[in-house]
Amino acid sequence: MTAHTKGTGLKWVGRAIRRVEDPALLTGQGRFTADLPAAHWVRFVRSPFAAGKIAKIKAPDGAQVITAADLAGVKPILPMLHKFNYRPVAQPVLANGVVRFVGELVAAVVAASAAEAEDVAELVELAIEQTMPVTDALAALAPGTPQIHAEAPGNVILEAKVKTAGFDAAWAGAHKHVRVEVRSHRQNATPMEARAAHAAYDAATGRVTLTCTTQMPHLMRTAIADVLGMPESDLRVIAPDVGGGFGQKMSLCSEYVVVVWLARKLKSSVAWTEDRRENLIASFHARDQYITLEGAFDSDAKLLALRTDIISNVGAYSCFPTTSGVEPLMAMAEMPGPYDVQQYQCHARGVLTNTCTMAAYRGVSRPIITLTLERLMDKAAAAFGIDPVDIRRRNLIDKFPYTSAMGLVYDEASYKATLEMAVQATDVPAFRARQKQARAKGRHLGIGFATFSERTGYGSPAFAARGMAITPGWETVILSVDPSGFVEARIGSSPHGQGLRTTLAQIIADEIGVPPERIRIVHGDTDRAPYGWGTFASRSLVISGGATLIAAQKVRAKLIKIASHMLEVAPGDILLEDGAAKVAGTDRSVSIAAMAREAYTRTHRFNGEIEPGLTETGTYDPPGTFSNACHVAIVEVDVETGRVVVERYLVAEDAGRIINPMIAEGQVHGGIAQGIGNALLEEIVYDADGGILTANLADYMPPTARDIPKIELHHMETPSTQSITKAKGLGEGGTIGAPAAVINAINNALAPFGVEIDEMPATPQRIRAALRAKQSVAKKTA
Amino acid sequence: MSTKTDITLSINGRDHAVAVETRRTLADAIREDCGQTGTHLGCEHGICGACTVIVDGEPVRSCLMFAVQADGKKIRTVEGLANGDTLHPMQQAFMDHHGLQCGFCTPGFLMLAVGLLEREPDISDDDLLDVLSSNLCRCTGYQNIIKAVRVAAKEIQGK
Repeated sequence: MTAHTKGTGLKWVGRAIRRVEDPALLTGQGRFTADLPAAHWVRFVRSPFAAGKIAKIKAPDGAQVITAADLAGVKPILPMLHKFNYRPVAQPVLANGVVRFVGELVAAVVAASAAEAEDVAELVELAIEQTMPVTDALAALAPGTPQIHAEAPGNVILEAKVKTAGFDAAWAGAHKHVRVEVRSHRQNATPMEARAAHAAYDAATGRVTLTCTTQMPHLMRTAIADVLGMPESDLRVIAPDVGGGFGQKMSLCSEYVVVVWLARKLKSSVAWTEDRRENLIASFHARDQYITLEGAFDSDAKLLALRTDIISNVGAYSCFPTTSGVEPLMAMAEMPGPYDVQQYQCHARGVLTNTCTMAAYRGVSRPIITLTLERLMDKAAAAFGIDPVDIRRRNLIDKFPYTSAMGLVYDEASYKATLEMAVQATDVPAFRARQKQARAKGRHLGIGFATFSERTGYGSPAFAARGMAITPGWETVILSVDPSGFVEARIGSSPHGQGLRTTLAQIIADEIGVPPERIRIVHGDTDRAPYGWGTFASRSLVISGGATLIAAQKVRAKLIKIASHMLEVAPGDILLEDGAAKVAGTDRSVSIAAMAREAYTRTHRFNGEIEPGLTETGTYDPPGTFSNACHVAIVEVDVETGRVVVERYLVAEDAGRIINPMIAEGQVHGGIAQGIGNALLEEIVYDADGGILTANLADYMPPTARDIPKIELHHMETPSTQSITKAKGLGEGGTIGAPAAVINAINNALAPFGVEIDEMPATPQRIRAALRAKQSVAKKTA
Repeated sequence: MSTKTDITLSINGRDHAVAVETRRTLADAIREDCGQTGTHLGCEHGICGACTVIVDGEPVRSCLMFAVQADGKKIRTVEGLANGDTLHPMQQAFMDHHGLQCGFCTPGFLMLAVGLLEREPDISDDDLLDVLSSNLCRCTGYQNIIKAVRVAAKEIQGK
């Protein structure tokens, strides 16, 4: 930023200052949605069957039970894409005659307490005439399979095809073709706080305040007002402290619509707190994909062309606002990853099934496409008889800006440099020696690499390219210095653990010379914050940070003008630091508080040359920037049990300018832990009837402290030219790289057995099954 | 369902006389009947540990204990850790070492770690890791939680 013009004062950007968020959260003073008392509590009756027709819903006498029949005038949720043969499918807020997945809302029970509502819900008689469900995407594509929605023939909700002009020639002229088929099973983001909503009606104004655990408060307001047909200004949405989101809390949930509808009907306060079982079966799922990827290489193992087929199981409905396109279209756009390959063919489909709706989850498709592409690279290295590091060296992008086969423009990054940094830090030759010794003793160590690009901080053009009817992207920040000199920034982003209140305060502090403790960041309240899109897609530090910088530069310019007027010196002689404007080379100064007081209460002295007040607005809508990293995992596989222990994990990463290294490292740690969980442990399992077998945290297993090794981080900083703070996003990178690094390492460990695992999670069962299959083949042939 | 039992929950040194159904969990009683919402519920089946509180000196999952079982016992929750404006060494270490992000699991980790170190101040690093793996955190990747607890352990041992 521009600190060099501000004297020798201490800079805040780049320092690991403690988070302003922490004291409240550490002392039990955090405010989460479920902490609010309510007059009425809701328990939802959910479909126990994956497919069927509702024959009867009978409430016990005297109970207050709402069904679809009560919701006349409430529109269905109808997410929309204007491209890729998208078939819009409507989701009724409460099931209207038909159920399409286990957990779908059928009725809402209202009672004086949550426990009482749950008791009554148990007594609601529900008769469903079951029909044949289909839970697997390949099965749903098979001819003759029942239609989930009449609007989507063949259960295909969207289909996209691309092929570059030179693809066929490149494919035909290649020296070698290598193929990988990856199966990524279904997962759940599993924020520690499940969903919750509390709606309170205000009799004086007729307004409703919805407090809910969401990543997108403004869009929730827009969406719920649309569905209920109410004026949007009659609804206030508050995202208080939010206990993790990871994408799961950026979609509209029917439950929140019902809670607002009930508050208006009952003219009272109504609350719902989701339990963990509901969250696991019926919030939103992710990652359920089949991807086939083939690479065409020349004789030097240089990649010439990629061909891919992407089948994404999107569940029973489309999610709002991103739609079912979120996974397949992300996979299509970003499959070529960090490699220089100009010829590309892709066929991507979103397939409806009788399962929970798929939505965004940290990384969105990129953990899977990175796994696929990095498995391809390792298989190609083996086919060419070269080192996995070497094949990456030969193919990583090293000229910028680089335009991908899909037209994405990659800004300056350090793909090769982070690979070399990771290889050096790992000491690969020493590992290979240790691996050899271990193998001689019957222990199976493996090393896996993952190099990847992480598209972050992308504005509205990127979302518009998907044809989204709702096109997120920009962010606005309103920065005010109040008449006492205290600074407040109101932001449209909606952080929930990312420490954005701290990092934005650091950006403002450097610009206007006020320490972070005198800066408050206000977010998550549609009555207080400007319209904005929220926090998701590794965007907030780049986009909201950029808007913050723009607003702060304007406030800075105005402060200098005011100081120049008050001190009667030229603007160029003024430094802003330590909460004051100082005249360079003198001891003359005027405090921010005095300037602020002047700006509000003594504007007559400005002679009309300076506008009253001290509030400025910044809006930012950048094209997007690419972070990058190389992950290295070293694992040991117990071939008797199939158990995998990640023994060492190392990352060389580059997210441009780092605003707060402590917070940046925390994001990488957390992302990697989720990626390791995704790689080894986490799986939502449906049975043949569409019931979920993993409905608690003993069966759906997020990793514990025992599962995550010490993570070694190495940093590079390639400042972004596509981000005015020069920062790139890094919220998702850890999760994107870890499955590929871990599963490549497992494959390296199992290489002596001739076994390959191209599936995530790579559970002990799958590893043992693969080893057993190989052994039985070996026995038969022997 | 509506038969209630009169009990006294002693939370952070203050008595709360409440009438609860026998089936009411200690977690719900702490949060709803006593208004101490710093204790969070993450799963209500004893896996995640977000609801960990200290009962008579021992960390327990308050979602797996009935309120009536805690009648007359000394309960400590996250609200009672700090001494006025001075954070408990464990809270300070979590802040200094970035041991929290969204903060939802944090009260459970703090009470687990404080309860553990009060009972076993000289616990080995490996045993400490075993105990910390009884709670779930989805944000931090555990690295900084482990670091914070080790730093706080040294501080507590030094006293």
